Amino acid sequence: MITANRLTNEQYAENFSEIQQPFETKDAALTEANRCLFCYDAPCTKACPTSIDVPKFIKQIATENLKGSAHTIFVSNIMGAGCSKVCPVEKLCEGSCVYNLMEETPINIARLQRYSTEAAIKNNWQLFERKKATGKKVAIVGAGPAGLSCAHSLAREGVDVTIYEKEAKGGGLMTYGIAAYKVTPKFCEDEVNYILGIGGITIKYQQSLGKDFSIEDLQKNYDAVYLAFGVGLARQLSIAGEDLIGVEDAISFIYHLRTNPYSSTPVGEKVAVIGMGMTAIDAATQAKRLGAKEVTLLYRRTQEEMPCTEHELSIAKLDGCKIIWLASPKEILGNNGKVTHIVCDVMQLGNADASGRRSPKPTGETFTLEVDMIIKAAGQMPFQSLVTNNHLDNKDGKINVTNNTTTNIKGVFAGGDCVNGGKEVVDASQAGKDGAKAILNFLFYAKPQSE
Amino acid sequence: MADISSNFLGIKSPNPFWLASAPPTDKKINVLRAFEAGWGGVVWKTLGSQVKNVSSRYSSVDYGGHRVMGFNNIELISDRPLDINLKEITEVVKLFPDRAMIVSLMADNNRESWHELIKQCEDAGAMGFELNFGCPHGMTERGMGAAVGQDPEIAKMEVEWVMEKATIPVITKLTPNVHSVVPTGKACVQAGTNALSLINTIQSVTGVDLDTLVPNPYVAGKSVFGGYCGPAVKPIALKMLTTIAQNEITKKVPISGIGGISTWKDAVEFMLLGASTVQVCTAAMTHGFRIVEDMKEGLSNWMDEKGFKTIDEFIGKSVNNITHWEDLDINYHHVANINEEKCIHCGLCYIACEDTSHQAINLAYGNPYNTYTIKEEDCVGCNLCKLVCPVNNCITMVEKRVAPEYINWKMWQERGLPLNDH
Repeated sequence: MITANRLTNEQYAENFSEIQQPFETKDAALTEANRCLFCYDAPCTKACPTSIDVPKFIKQIATENLKGSAHTIFVSNIMGAGCSKVCPVEKLCEGSCVYNLMEETPINIARLQRYSTEAAIKNNWQLFERKKATGKKVAIVGAGPAGLSCAHSLAREGVDVTIYEKEAKGGGLMTYGIAAYKVTPKFCEDEVNYILGIGGITIKYQQSLGKDFSIEDLQKNYDAVYLAFGVGLARQLSIAGEDLIGVEDAISFIYHLRTNPYSSTPVGEKVAVIGMGMTAIDAATQAKRLGAKEVTLLYRRTQEEMPCTEHELSIAKLDGCKIIWLASPKEILGNNGKVTHIVCDVMQLGNADASGRRSPKPTGETFTLEVDMIIKAAGQMPFQSLVTNNHLDNKDGKINVTNNTTTNIKGVFAGGDCVNGGKEVVDASQAGKDGAKAILNFLFYAKPQSE
Repeated sequence: MADISSNFLGIKSPNPFWLASAPPTDKKINVLRAFEAGWGGVVWKTLGSQVKNVSSRYSSVDYGGHRVMGFNNIELISDRPLDINLKEITEVVKLFPDRAMIVSLMADNNRESWHELIKQCEDAGAMGFELNFGCPHGMTERGMGAAVGQDPEIAKMEVEWVMEKATIPVITKLTPNVHSVVPTGKACVQAGTNALSLINTIQSVTGVDLDTLVPNPYVAGKSVFGGYCGPAVKPIALKMLTTIAQNEITKKVPISGIGGISTWKDAVEFMLLGASTVQVCTAAMTHGFRIVEDMKEGLSNWMDEKGFKTIDEFIGKSVNNITHWEDLDINYHHVANINEEKCIHCGLCYIACEDTSHQAINLAYGNPYNTYTIKEEDCVGCNLCKLVCPVNNCITMVEKRVAPEYINWKMWQERGLPLNDH
């Protein structure tokens, strides 16, 4: 049975408290910071999509120049605080730390980054000075990581920025689409407010592109437009029974959970989650944390190919989620319009596909799992009709850009998930920086941007 | 198993590890704990006219997350009544007759004071004396300590007074707060001291508090220069020790080495450069007396590996390996080699060489890992890359002599060989 209110308020509070442990003391942070070798042309920096000068910010922790450390992080990535909590660091900075080559534990870069950025946010250290107003105005669509990053870069240069956000809060995916135990609602709000602290950025909430305004409206009123509205439509499984009650997509499930008290998000007793990406993990673990008795992750490939990190997989396992590898949903069965079972093909791995991963093929065998809720986390789709209706060149709904930034419409730029189809927060943050650079070029130099 | 026992001018101890004259040897309870832990001997904290200490006495230098790389103090000689010190010395000697009991002395500047103090200590059971001509703070203003050690004439006179009276071996402890320790060392040997010890502490300021703007250690808003010791001073101590071990006059007497000794390796290095025994203070003050356990085992294991049966077999063995620059072999050349298997691609060798040395390392860009190789023709063999490399034996220096024969700077000049080989 799908029902809300499975747990006591204390249990909810505990289950959704933040799981990443910060450095509790300065000594703890210093001990870790002092382990850093201060590499030259550091692999961790190269592995970071925003190229944070990691050795420098860690050295600055070690020399007790915490403001300098936070500045080093934010100058490359204004979402540096959030990224310290949600980045798949084992695939990025920490995964490339040279200590790995010494068979030693890599530097805990994420926690050190959190140490500096958290201090900056807590004390509201505004580390950037906004240049004198230039009189130029830019509209940004979407107050997620790409939009905020672009806005901050522009505001620094004296541009007046107005962000149009369809939701009631900023932060985008951080606020609405990631597990609450990674980034608490309070943190998301603090981070947005900190970024806005530079001045010159206004957010108009609950303003939806296509409903409340159009790109033409923005072009009339602003000198340039930056589109960063992300992705958001759940990919369908296209199998029988998908419309039964109890079949939900992970994005709406997490959205509900992030916008309502935990006690009012309904969850089944036996839940199957389809997919093995970050969102699948976030859905599965949070279903468990809402009180589901059994949660099973179904993935059509093997651990080798899974998109989530080992760390994420561990969280799911520690939360008691089961994982069935090589299982592909074939059909959903129901009774009285409600989900009762999911039938899966047992898969085997064939030859490598375009992504380089071995593609799964049915073995002919199937198995059936008794469930009362199914959460689909098989990927997100771009807002294809919105993009097409606004005459943006696109590929399957993903906006086509040149130089990573420039759309086919003059003065209209785009970046983040709406361009790349859905990547990490850190990628969106970099996209926002790139977008701002292209916009500044457009506004003040009016020459085509070169690479 | 190697015999690590020591016989220093007839003063026997089961090992060459003594605790230096300092707070750890200030009273019976400490010294008993030290002997129970296994220390070979102590130099009892300096006795003299009773003094009064200030509160807040120590400060230190931390580096790279490590505490107490260097340490300083502004404590004076023993501030306890002489009779209590003497009574306790007698009691300790009775309990541990096999350990060296040296008593450090700093009498007032007259013959009678020295003679009186010497008699009292000998009666108490001291096996040897160490004359404190080195304390750099507090006592110097009264014309004692380093004020004596800095003036060979005064030092000589005081040693003569001591030698008139003492019936047990006398070690004179030298101050490093001089341009060279040799003049005072020579004067003391000529005045008859039986041995020398060095170094005492170095005048220092360990740092300034960036909030109060008062240097360390803080005493009611002020500070004074303190005596510096600990691991940071070891290289300076080794150099001074070597000058004493090499000088024709001072090398005639045995030496007790002091200055930043923390491990058995440090101790062996001091002994190789001429110290017959070593004295330890800061390491014990930062980790307790238990450190002697590893010092003994480490020394013994090293001696076994090297085939030394007694400590006398290796004491002083490296003294002649320190020569004059002009005698170094100019035809010796070595170049760095990076072991690609071991390299972790941190780039520290590259940036050190590129920015501050000879641009002799090549960087081949990689994502995320660069590859670094040595440009042998540009490498002068300075060792910098090897020193900064965090991986053991990843960078090694490979000998590539310029020519087989030995040639030094003087010979080079005489033969009119070219200077510019760049």
